[in-house]
Amino acid sequence: MSANPEPTTHAVSAAEGAIARPARRAGRRHRPLTPFWRAVGAVAWKDLRAEMRSRELINSMVLFTFMTVMVFSLALELDKEARQTTVAGVLWVTIVFAGLIGLGRSLAAEKDRGSLDALLLTPIDRSALFFGKMIGNLLFVLVIALVLLALLTVLFNVTLLKPLLIVVMVLGTVGFTTAGTLLSSMSVHARAREAMLPIILMPVVLPVLISAVRASVAILEGLPRDDWFPWIQLLVVADAIFLAAGYGLFDYVVEE
Amino acid sequence: MSAAERTIEVRALTKTFGLNPVLRGLDLDVPRGEFLTLLGPNGSGKTTLLRILGALARPTSGTVRIGGWELPDEAEFVRAQLGVVSHLPLLYDTLTAEENLLFFARMYNLPREARRERVDTVLRRVGLARRARDVVATYSRGMQQRLAIARAILHDPAVLLLDEPYTGLDQDAAALLDELLREVAIGGRTVIMTTHDLRRGHALADRIAILSRGKIAFDAPCRDVNPDALPALYADTTGAATTR
Amino acid sequence: MTYSDSRTRLLRGLTIAAVVLFVIGLYLALFWVGPERQQGAAQRIFYVHLGSFLGSFIAFGAAVVAGIAYLRTRNPRWDTFGLANVEVGLGMAAITIVTGMTWARPIWNTWWTWDPRLTSVAIMWLAYAAYLMLRSGIEDPERRQRFAAVYGIIAFASVLFTIIIIRVRPDTIHPVVAGPTQADPTGSFEVAGRIRDTLFFNLFTFAVITVVLVWHRIRLENLIQHVMRRKLEVLSEL
Ligand SMILES: Nc1ncnc2c1ncn2[C@@H]1O[C@H](COP(=O)(O)OP(=O)(O)O)[C@@H](O)[C@H]1O
Ligand SMILES: [Mg+2]
Repeated sequence: MSANPEPTTHAVSAAEGAIARPARRAGRRHRPLTPFWRAVGAVAWKDLRAEMRSRELINSMVLFTFMTVMVFSLALELDKEARQTTVAGVLWVTIVFAGLIGLGRSLAAEKDRGSLDALLLTPIDRSALFFGKMIGNLLFVLVIALVLLALLTVLFNVTLLKPLLIVVMVLGTVGFTTAGTLLSSMSVHARAREAMLPIILMPVVLPVLISAVRASVAILEGLPRDDWFPWIQLLVVADAIFLAAGYGLFDYVVEE
Repeated sequence: MSAAERTIEVRALTKTFGLNPVLRGLDLDVPRGEFLTLLGPNGSGKTTLLRILGALARPTSGTVRIGGWELPDEAEFVRAQLGVVSHLPLLYDTLTAEENLLFFARMYNLPREARRERVDTVLRRVGLARRARDVVATYSRGMQQRLAIARAILHDPAVLLLDEPYTGLDQDAAALLDELLREVAIGGRTVIMTTHDLRRGHALADRIAILSRGKIAFDAPCRDVNPDALPALYADTTGAATTR
Repeated sequence: MTYSDSRTRLLRGLTIAAVVLFVIGLYLALFWVGPERQQGAAQRIFYVHLGSFLGSFIAFGAAVVAGIAYLRTRNPRWDTFGLANVEVGLGMAAITIVTGMTWARPIWNTWWTWDPRLTSVAIMWLAYAAYLMLRSGIEDPERRQRFAAVYGIIAFASVLFTIIIIRVRPDTIHPVVAGPTQADPTGSFEVAGRIRDTLFFNLFTFAVITVVLVWHRIRLENLIQHVMRRKLEVLSEL
């Protein structure tokens, strides 16, 4: 690294006066200086490292998960049949609410400590920051999801460890955390931000949630492919929409 | 001053928050290698100006050019040559000093081989080499601020923006920071520092500017300003603003 | 606030046209078109039901355009345009839901059922209600406009959902939009044609109503902001 990376192409236009705007030259794309995926990896790694040290988020999310499942299994004293149809709902509702805890804190912590500014000051593509945070959040939520699978298998006595169900789980959590990361970067600036996140996130991810629940129920009941495959298609479409939205819009959310 | 010598070039900069015009047509040139102290009362827009220079905030109008790159369109290139220290440490409490710096070294795209060495170098430079493996939460305020400086100079930036770096430091920590800033400022680095400590600002800088009513209301080389007369000068320049 | 006379005249003309169209649309739906075979008179509400849904679709679509345009230009007028569209869209969607419930009571024998179609429209309504919540929760006007633009774009996913869900779940009990199933038992071309004509007339009417309402809402918002600015000016002069 040199002390002063000389913008050779721009020294000339800079001398032309204040009116010349070299940046607007036709066809010029602005490359960020740090490669996209390196930045994504660095941010995700940093979040995981910090979390492994403090275990702040994971602990509260796991504890919350245990409690929620307890409440559900006490409140719904179900027979075998009913459990089969209810378990998917319990699974996804718990994932969403435990996930809300993690999403709410992940960006709030960055903002309150000012470290969000430090991240924004680095020469990275802002969408790389988005994907870094999203991957961190996704891993936390996936951990919760795995804990839940085990827990529900035991408590509800329903075998949940099916490959197809894992696929639905991953697709559903990707959609949820992508929308969640984007919207939590807005809700951290709101008054009463803890309440704001669920309010703005839930209606947006409900389609994902509904699709995931319907697909899960169909798979658990061993229904034919036609009963769950459209839902998986819908999940893929929703994921694609949210990923594109995050990629394109995060920039506008974090700038001032 | 030719365009090539101006590292920082601000023209007719305005920034309005809602209906509150904070910067109103500010012009500022800082030549390469100069240390500029920016004074101004609370709320005069010092932080806002530095945030715009750091591409953290968008100007409402006006042009900003740093090292020839134009904001906000070429923000990535500006960021690569910018180091920022604010009154918040901008660090991760639960990571060690070393982990913090290694993370930012990756974010600044330092070559893999050079990262660890560079981190060790800056840690030694700010006198934290022995505490490198302790988590930042265990650091005193002064140590955190020194680590913040280590983070800011990690990628050897051409421009340093320091926003009230002395906030919350005791005598000893402040003296250490003085020394560190002097050392960091040499070698062609351009520095803008905001502070409320007139004497200290005068002693460190080459030039003093006072921000008032959204413009640079006073601007002179330090050698032309008598440090003993500075408080009166400051009150004169800004007092008018508070009793408008 | 001053607007050019010609525009004001155009708005006034459109407003009158909207009222007239609405009255005619209602007349067509309630008297002119004959009762439908299976649903009888209850089916008449369907014209308003679908018309208002089209209205909300137009308005929410316009909010997406407004969001993109705002983020590109940072012109606050696009924000006003987006806000106006979301509010009008919410009103239209509310009409869709209420008329749907009114229709469902005699036909399905229940006010509400968790049919995918109903559920998805309810979700859409919630998403845009959340848009208004988000706006009210952000103090800095510039940031509020920026976030509203972003959320206005994302919330459209819930509108798409109302459309996609039908393809995923063809087993919805919700009737298919206009089709031969609703034609007269006799298969008389005239009645089917009347249903179609009434429907198209009402769709057009609601499109016009939506545009007029949005336009009025924009003017109202401009007035509100004008008054707020004046208030601040007067206060600062004191
Ligand atoms: N994000 C923001 N939204 C609204 N107003 C702001 C924001 N940031 C700063 N301001 C306003 O701008 C003015 C200048 O603030 P600042 O730049 O922090 O001043 P200084 O650093 O000189 O004390 C203050 O009146 C403050 O209220
Ligand atoms: Mg400040």
